[in-house]
This record gives sequence, structure tokens and C-alpha cells, in this order.
Amino acid sequence: MRPIGWSEVIITALIKVAGYSAIIFVTLIFTFLLREGAPTLFEVPLEALAQTRWYPIEDYYGILPLIGGSLIVTFGAALFAVPLGIATAVYIAEIAPRWAREILKPLVEILGGLPSVMLGFIGILIIVPFVREALDIPTGLTAFTGALILGGMAIPTIVSVSEDALDAVPKTYRDASLAMGATPWQTIWRVTLPAARSGVLTGVMLGVGRAIGETMTVMMVTGNAPVLPTGLRSLFSPVRTMTATIAAEMGEVANGSVHYHVLFFIGIVLFLISLIVNLTAASVVFKQRKRSERILS
Amino acid sequence: MTTAASPNTPAAGPGQMESQAPNDQFEDTKIRIQGLSVGYSDGTESLQDISLDIPANQITVLFGPSGGGKSTLLRTINRLNDLADVVSLEGRVLIDGVDVLDPKLDVIELRRRVGMVFARPVVLPMSIRQNLTYGLELSGEKDPGQFEEAVERSLKASALWEEVYDRLDDPAVSLSGGQQQRLCLARVLALEPDVILLDEPTSGLDPISTGKVESSLQKLKQEYTIVLVPHSVQQAARVADYAAFFLNGQLVEFGMGKELFVHPQDSRTEDYIEGRFG
Repeated sequence: MRPIGWSEVIITALIKVAGYSAIIFVTLIFTFLLREGAPTLFEVPLEALAQTRWYPIEDYYGILPLIGGSLIVTFGAALFAVPLGIATAVYIAEIAPRWAREILKPLVEILGGLPSVMLGFIGILIIVPFVREALDIPTGLTAFTGALILGGMAIPTIVSVSEDALDAVPKTYRDASLAMGATPWQTIWRVTLPAARSGVLTGVMLGVGRAIGETMTVMMVTGNAPVLPTGLRSLFSPVRTMTATIAAEMGEVANGSVHYHVLFFIGIVLFLISLIVNLTAASVVFKQRKRSERILS
Repeated sequence: MTTAASPNTPAAGPGQMESQAPNDQFEDTKIRIQGLSVGYSDGTESLQDISLDIPANQITVLFGPSGGGKSTLLRTINRLNDLADVVSLEGRVLIDGVDVLDPKLDVIELRRRVGMVFARPVVLPMSIRQNLTYGLELSGEKDPGQFEEAVERSLKASALWEEVYDRLDDPAVSLSGGQQQRLCLARVLALEPDVILLDEPTSGLDPISTGKVESSLQKLKQEYTIVLVPHSVQQAARVADYAAFFLNGQLVEFGMGKELFVHPQDSRTEDYIEGRFG
């Protein structure tokens, strides 16, 4: 047996360091977030945090309007991005002729790489005035506008990942379904989409995850008024999201103040929400994968 | 009835074959193929001027080396080839006297009447029961009693009932390869088609499962017209009532199974059966 050379040892060590450092950095970030955010719990009573008024200068730290703002914008974005994204993926993967497919797929991927500030720009210049005039409301800077643009940002991710999943469904499934007298649409709905379910779901979660964490565009187009959304009407009034609050106020807050700690606390809440979304998605995908492994074996 | 027994040698020329078609070769011709040519977009012509009568309630075997056009013929009969890159299509395929290549024909209806089983078992990602009721649901059937009846009937006909009757709601992928292929056959039978096309249905199966599939085919031919592409010459000889030998897109020889495998008329057929090429 040949003795293991030095280069082998060094390379192995380097790869190990790289691998561990990823874990270490994530842990460090989370510790930092906790250290800066946790004092909130001692400085501000929980009842005060669960209030509907966010006005830090006068010591009102109710974060409910911010959570509500994030949720309504994300939910609104998902509401139209998910069906539209999946429909686009189905069109590209199942219906479009080959030449259209070869143009559409890269186009969608380029769309996914657009810097978010550019989308915010388009939002302010085109969509905001349009929403104001079309709906005849006092301002176009609303949760609805934010949802529209965030949805637009989520669609490329959803399309790209879902299309890959649909493409991976064996052709034999489609043949079998068609040979039994299914129409192409019945085949897509009853066989191809269910077979690609886990990949489609991953795409949806990645897209929605991007929408939750998005800062720049929502700050530019949602109006930034910390008002708790209470119904359908508030979809068409200004809101402020958690991410926009942190981005807007972190720059001018006194280091170590209560306000500073609360902003980090909001960060922890945001972190937990994304974690829950990701874990939910992972558990579904994991179940699916075990099943697909059974198919392959 | 006289012509059915006499060996038929279309190798003499496709034109001759065509002229024979109008005289009824069989008492009951189910599928009549007239001058069928199929070309693909990559320039290969997969079928060249095929004329062939397929009798009802018999097992007709299409055999020959790969690339001979057997699968293309099957996929043309149920119009599944619509999806492939077919650039030229000539001739006619008549089922009960109706031209199925007519662009105005209802393809969905045709595929319900002409079932197909593929080389590799393709169970759909659903339960065993749903695999069987899928086709019926698509055709608009809603009566649960009909579903139950179809599930039991089709599983019994494909010799699978005994093995799965107590776990119909398990995922179909949990079945073994042989069981999956019989489920695919049952799925086709659930729709009560007229014709069943089988494209190497036992190529991935062990001898015992293959035997089960073959013996269910022997029973099924009383009710259905069966067209089979076997995965070996041995299988062709075992199951064929009638056999057609395909080579490079041409129909070399067609005749009764018993005659053709014992006394082939064409030397190429003989060479293939004897295993001198293939």
C-alpha cells in the first residue's frame, strides 16, 4: 500500500476547515443576534411588545404591526406568485414547443438575477402611480403594491425550480397516462404535477422565503406606515415590514439603547419565522424523498 | 378461412400485399393496416409501406431485431406517435373499418379502446386502486360500484387479485416488478378496451412473472384482440397465434405462428429464428 502523501493530508484538512467554518459562522451570527436582541426581554415587558403601536421615540415598542405587515405582504405575494409561477413552469416544461422553451428558461433565470433595488425603482416609477390611479386610492404605496413586486421577484425562483422538477418526471409516466385516454391537461394535473410535487414545493418555499426576507423593494414601495393590518382594506393601505424597519432605523439608533435591542429582537423573530417555513418545507420534501428512494430501489 | 392457414409471403413485394388486402384474409379482421409508411424527423424511415391484417381474438406477435419498426407500428395504432417527431405518415390503419389516422378522429376515445402496456412497468404515483380507477375517472365514470367492480374484474383477469386484494390502498410502487407489470395490464383491462397493445411487456421480468403474464394473455384473447411485441424469439414462438417478422422497417413475413416458426418461407426469417443474426 502506498503511504498517504502530504498533499493528501493538507487538502483533507483544508476541506474540513471550510466545512466547519460554515457551521461556525452561522453559530456566531445567531449568537450575536441573541446577545444583542435578548436584553429586550428584560428592558421591555412582553405585553408592551405585543402592542399595536410602534413609536420608538416615545418608547412604544409594539411589534405586532411590523409582523402583520411582513405577513400580509408575503402572503399577498405568495397568493399570486405561486399559481402564476407553477403555471409558467408547466407551460415551459409541458406545453411550449422546444424553441420557445429554450428562449423562456434562460429569460426567467435572468429575471431571477435582477437586483432588488431595480425592481423597487420600477415599482416606484410605474406600479405605484398605476395602483393609485387604477384603484382610486390616496396613495399607491400600499401592501398590495409590495406584494405585487415581491411576487414578481418570487416567480423566477418558483418557475426555475419547478420546471426542473417537472422536467425530471419520466416521459413514460406521460405516455402511460395518455395511452389510457387522458387528455394532456388531465395528464399534467393528475400525473406529472403530483409526481414532481416535492420539487415544486421546494421552489415555492424558496420563492416565498425570498419574499419574506426581501428588504429593499418593500421599503421603497409599501409606504412604511407601522399600522396593524386588520382586514382586506389594509391590503390597500401603507404597511411597514420587519425587514424595512430594521433597515430604516438601524442606521440612526444609539448603540446599546433599548430601541437598538428591540431592532435585534425583531431580527430574531424574523429568523424564527424563516426557520419555521424552511423546516416545514424540509419535512415535506424529506418525506417525499424517502418515498422516491423506495421507487428507485 | 382457407387463406388464413396458407403461408402468406409479402416479401415478394409490398404492392402485392396491398392488392391482397381487400380479399378478407380472416373471417374477422380487427385491424387492417394498408400501405403504412412512417418517417421520423432525423431522416430515418421507420416503417416502409406496411400492409397487414390483424385478426380479432388472437394473439398477433410482431417480432424482429430492434430498430425494425415494431414499436413504431404499435404507437401508430393508438396514435401515441402523435407526440414523436413524425414528419411523414402515409397509408391507413383501420380498426373495425374506421381510419384511426384521420386527423379528425377523437384520439382520447381511440386510446380508451386501444389499451397499451409498455416495456417497463409504469405505475402511476398513486395507490393500487387509484391506478386502476384512473382511466375510468378520466372517462367520466362516477359510480363507486362501477369502480369496485372494475378493480376486482381487472385484477382477476391479470392474475393479480390473489396477491393484492387485501392491500388495494397501498402505494402501487410497493409492488414487485412483476406485480407492477400485471397492474399495468389490469389498468388497461379496467377500461374494457377492444385491442391491447403490448410492447415487450415482460422484458424486465423474471421467468415466473413472465409465465403469469403469458398465461393471462392466453385467457384474455377470448375477449380482446392482442398485439404483442415480444422480447425474445422464444416468447414469440410460445404465444403467437399469428406472427409478423419485421426487419429494418419492412414486413418480411406474416403467417400463422405454428407455420412461421417451424417452416419460415423467407430465408431472412429463418436466419433470425435460428439465431444467425439479431
